Amino acid sequence: MKPEYQVWAEELKKEFPNANSALMPLLHRIQTEEGWLSSEVLDEVAHLMGLSTQYVESVASFYSLFYQRPVGKKVVHVCVGLSCMLAGSDEVMHRLEQKLGISEGETTPDGAFTLLEAECLAACDLAPVAQVNLRFQGPIHPDEAEALLSEEVSKQ
Amino acid sequence: MSQASHYLLRNHDIENIDEMAVYRAHGGYEALKKALNQYEPDALVELVKKSGLRGRGGAGFPTGVKWGFLPKDGRPRYLVVNSDEAEPGTFKDRELIEKNPHQLIEGMIISSFAIGANQAYIYCRGEFLFGYETLVRAVREAYEAGFIGKNILGSQFSLDLFVYRGAGAYICGEESALLESLEGRRGNPRLKPPFPAVAGLYGMPTIVNNVETISNLPPIVTRGAEWYASMGTEKSAGLKIMSVSGAVNRPGNYEIPLATPLRSLIDDYAQGMKPGYRIKCIIPGGSSVPLLMPDQLDTPLDYESIVKAGSMLGSGGCIVLDDTVCIVKASHRLIKFYREESCGKCTPCREGTYWMADVLERMEEGLGDANDLSLLMDVADNISGKCFCPLGDASIGFLVSAIKHFRDEFEAHVTEHRCPLGAKVYDTANN
Ligand SMILES: Cc1cc2nc3c(=O)[nH]c(=O)nc-3n(C[C@H](O)[C@H](O)[C@H](O)COP(=O)(O)O)c2cc1C
Ligand code: SF4
Ligand code: FES
Repeated sequence: MKPEYQVWAEELKKEFPNANSALMPLLHRIQTEEGWLSSEVLDEVAHLMGLSTQYVESVASFYSLFYQRPVGKKVVHVCVGLSCMLAGSDEVMHRLEQKLGISEGETTPDGAFTLLEAECLAACDLAPVAQVNLRFQGPIHPDEAEALLSEEVSKQ
Repeated sequence: MSQASHYLLRNHDIENIDEMAVYRAHGGYEALKKALNQYEPDALVELVKKSGLRGRGGAGFPTGVKWGFLPKDGRPRYLVVNSDEAEPGTFKDRELIEKNPHQLIEGMIISSFAIGANQAYIYCRGEFLFGYETLVRAVREAYEAGFIGKNILGSQFSLDLFVYRGAGAYICGEESALLESLEGRRGNPRLKPPFPAVAGLYGMPTIVNNVETISNLPPIVTRGAEWYASMGTEKSAGLKIMSVSGAVNRPGNYEIPLATPLRSLIDDYAQGMKPGYRIKCIIPGGSSVPLLMPDQLDTPLDYESIVKAGSMLGSGGCIVLDDTVCIVKASHRLIKFYREESCGKCTPCREGTYWMADVLERMEEGLGDANDLSLLMDVADNISGKCFCPLGDASIGFLVSAIKHFRDEFEAHVTEHRCPLGAKVYDTANN
């Protein structure tokens, strides 16, 4: 556990009239650093926040962007929302599954990619759209779906 | 109709208006000066009432009236801006925060002054990483320029503003679930009443407004309530941003005077259907609303006219379904959305969305049986009006109208044991 986590927790608590509100910002900040939120990390966060571990786990598990399992270096979210479906997102997902040899929801054995479905990403003008580490890419022609995987993206 | 100028989407006319210097060079933060120098807070609330501005997050509640509900009891008050935009087909708030963040921030400062809040929050959808970074940067610029902080522009008014990141949950767009999330909890909706105006964030009086709603404040203060009310109709005044997607030539966000006909939105603004595609039906206001048919294209896009036509303006997410789209597959997709996003708190919503998704899936695969259509209607009936929050009802809006208008197509899936449109069923892990 890094010593700066305690500094972050104290900083964030001061931003709110009620310190409890610092929980999600702290989880975000630590996940950006660690890549995912292990149960040891959640335990530490609970300690820093003065909350129970069960409470912190129940909050983290409610939100799909808090990863409680290790994820790949690149997390690819393919939007499967209705507008993207109309524009061919099924085919985009299919091609990526074939290329990576994994199914939606899984991570490649080398830890390079995690492939996930996203609901409407509020970018239907770019349909079909995807995010790589939450950076938007689109419109994606199914034939060019694989290019997504070599896209250079900053760490989220 | 390519518009010469915009009032809300000025980023279409002015490059880099997301930057403080550019925003100010085009009159930015002048509305804030005017509000602080020429108005008492109550007079601003009156101005917003007179403008006729209604909430753009979906429900269309008159904004000034909502502000008037705050109890005058000296407790701290909060402004919370809802930037959790996730209603399928809607993408206007994302453009507003990414491309014109200072307009929102200026609107928030004016609104906070009007309602007497010294603390304001933007709840930004977790997936909007760039939008979040843009807002954080713009808020810092506004602090540095003295527009946020202590004694703003030499006045008695002080304000702190914090950008809060959600983490992936559609239900957190519902205002009481949003407040739960902002307090560091799971995003389960709260029982209403009390409404947030009476007991909101940390139990204090709180105004929750949509990004687009608050982005209207600078132009209304600059140009006046009469100007705003002169557009649209008496009950549906002003401007609305419509997000258009589907097989149109130019998908995108369009700022229209309310009561612009649906046909004009599709043909003039979005420049019509792509060659070879015809309209099958239209979802005019985000995935939670009933569909409209091609013979209803003359419907004016205002709150009352759309209700009369059998649907709702909702969030303004206009999805055009073309004649190649299978109605069962589209319905299945939308029900899966609600199934994924149900918070699980109440049974009809949690179980019903699962059930409906299963039935629609087997229908689409040609495995449905003769009872499936009435089963769907039964489940929908058991959801309708029986859920804790509006997500339950939202889940069946499209489906029920689809069965009404396209019953033959649903039945053909069962009798022909296949999709009559030949829609491909993908065998992916999570289907
Ligand atoms: C399931 C559900 C999701 C919602 N999602 C949003 C949303 O993403 N953005 C939004 O502004 N309002 C959303 N709303 C409406 C809010 O509850 C609330 O009415 C709105 O933010 C009020 O702002 P307004 O009066 O300015 O429209 C949602 C409502 C429900 C029931
Ligand atoms: S209707 Fe659905 S989303 Fe709303 S409280 Fe019930 S389970 Fe949760
Ligand atoms: S459906 Fe994919 S961004 Fe809206």
